[in-house]
Amino acid sequence: MPTFTINGMTASVPDGTMILEAARQIGIEIPHYCYHPKLSIAGNCRMCLVEVEKFPKLQISCNTVVTEGMVVRTDTEKVRKAVTGVLELMLIHHPIDCPICDQAGECGLQNYYMKFGLHKSRYALEEKVHKKKVQDIGGQIVLDAERCILCSRCVRFLREVTGTCEMEFFSRSDHSEISIFPGRPLNNNYTGNLADICPVGALTNKDFRFKCRVWFLKSADSICPGCANGCNVMADFKGDILYRFRPRRNDAVNRTWLCDAGRLEYKKANDYRLLTPVIREAGQAIAAAWDAALFTTALRLREAIEAHGPESVAVIASPQSSNEELFLVRKLAAEVVRTPYLGFSSLTPGRRLEDDFLIKADKNPNSQGARLLGITEEGFVRTVKAISEGRIRALLVFGSGLADFSDGETVALLSRVPFVAQVATNEGALSRAAHAVLPSASFAERGGTFTNFAGRVQRFQPGFPPRGKAKNDIEVIAGLANQLGAGWKFAGEESVFRALAETARPFSGMSYESIGDLGREARDGGPPSGGR
Amino acid sequence: MAIRVVKVARPEKMSFGESVYLLEIVKGLGVTMRHFLRNMARQENIPTIEYPEVRRVMPARFRGCHRLMKRPGGAPRCVACYMCATACPAKCITIVAGESPDPKIEKYPVRFDIDMLRCVFCGQCVEACPVDAIRMDTGWYTMPENTREKLIYTIDMLLEK
Repeated sequence: MPTFTINGMTASVPDGTMILEAARQIGIEIPHYCYHPKLSIAGNCRMCLVEVEKFPKLQISCNTVVTEGMVVRTDTEKVRKAVTGVLELMLIHHPIDCPICDQAGECGLQNYYMKFGLHKSRYALEEKVHKKKVQDIGGQIVLDAERCILCSRCVRFLREVTGTCEMEFFSRSDHSEISIFPGRPLNNNYTGNLADICPVGALTNKDFRFKCRVWFLKSADSICPGCANGCNVMADFKGDILYRFRPRRNDAVNRTWLCDAGRLEYKKANDYRLLTPVIREAGQAIAAAWDAALFTTALRLREAIEAHGPESVAVIASPQSSNEELFLVRKLAAEVVRTPYLGFSSLTPGRRLEDDFLIKADKNPNSQGARLLGITEEGFVRTVKAISEGRIRALLVFGSGLADFSDGETVALLSRVPFVAQVATNEGALSRAAHAVLPSASFAERGGTFTNFAGRVQRFQPGFPPRGKAKNDIEVIAGLANQLGAGWKFAGEESVFRALAETARPFSGMSYESIGDLGREARDGGPPSGGR
Repeated sequence: MAIRVVKVARPEKMSFGESVYLLEIVKGLGVTMRHFLRNMARQENIPTIEYPEVRRVMPARFRGCHRLMKRPGGAPRCVACYMCATACPAKCITIVAGESPDPKIEKYPVRFDIDMLRCVFCGQCVEACPVDAIRMDTGWYTMPENTREKLIYTIDMLLEK
């Protein structure tokens, strides 16, 4: 643990720490472009120059190891002048097309220019070397070679993280640029990260292109709902529209990366939403008020229980629900309805791609949470069997679809049940067939916790209030239970989690504080036995 | 005839003649009649102007309705950077950006709407524009309309002005 001094402050850092990382830990920001905590050190941008006592020249802090008694200064005139010079050199051939650049607002060049530059350009626009703009290089990425500062983060990412090496430097001096090899576009499932790690506007995201200026966006800490890995993301939104996911650093889960499929998961919260409760009677769909919809649903459930016993009612939970919601669903099924038919399915329609990095075959964020709460996939199989044998008189379904059933299969199965109530966010064959549709909030509109494939419990935060007349699932489930005479008093997800932590063993001793921003392993978490 | 303001003090206590008003009304009509006859005789000095056929000369820095500038080819000069929408204190500018069909232009406004009912004519959008695409030099006030929708000026209307 060497002890060193930086700008007059003394600190001890672990052996082998670089000055830049050590400074960051104690809150001193050193400007940099090519350094990235999860990539190898290139040391080619020269922005992170600092003055180290007894060194004759300035040193790059990203590649200088802290040693015992080292005295570092980042605030001297010599450092400032050097950094300004480096920045001016980088901006010599920059096209300054900020008005049409998607990076504007979160651009390394803009930020550091305001901090260290503020110089007049000594190059006329006509004298600048121009390179090819708007190149579709495959994946989710658009390349603008002109804006590039040749930091090599993208080249290193493709070499070290994906191992696919699609990009390289070409040409020399002023004319050098990054590009793909002719006819060999980006071909991996993690291309979206290139736009994140690019410190300037050279690599931007095709999906986000021209959609929104970044300074209008607000951000909520969330969890990607696209698969069981539970990658930590920042969900960027404006008003009640989600615009993009950006990975949030969590070294235990996704480091600083996110897969391409996950990056587009935000669309689920925008498109094909159920926004108003619907009651369907004699084939006629009628938009209903919440009270009426809950009352009708509860009435039909009670009728079934009274006429045919609790075994005639089934509840299908969704692995898209949070732990809190699943806890209430289980409580509803076991204590209020008292039905033996409760289950969930982790299967989803479509190809279930998987790899050995971030992408998991289980395309639900909380299958493991359901298992830990004692809701089983075997229960789902039993329920489906009971439905097809015509023994179920009323069915309560959570989620937008049933396992990997096609639309036709879903409709055929549901036609065997006299009353189907659905609580879901997105429309589909199920919502068109259900007799009562109760719209629920999307992952960006509610809070809670997901348990990822390895049993790590992670929080996702609400960004904005539910759209339309959609309601938080917790309110819907509690409302339904109270209509059935349960007398629950839950207010918000935190109170539910407290009850959950008290009763469910894998979650015992947990609270929202102890989970924090980065999550915590549940007891007996462990990888699932048959989930992959 | 110069327009001037004459301040008439109210009398502390009205006389009997004044409080009956009859004579006063006749006196008032007399003033009206005098102006009417004078204007009939010398028409060129009437202070009223017949707007919009005749318009007052506005000072050079008057901020009127907006217009969007065109490039030499006729395409909008606007690059949909949202600077005006960001600067606007009334949040009256709605832009939707898109990929331009012209390969020489990268980004262009698919929609560019100004809600004239919200606009406060502060000129911040003109100040903010990096490409001098929006100006407020038409010299026109907002035209009266009979619905709110007609007062949301679209990109085509703004380019024509």
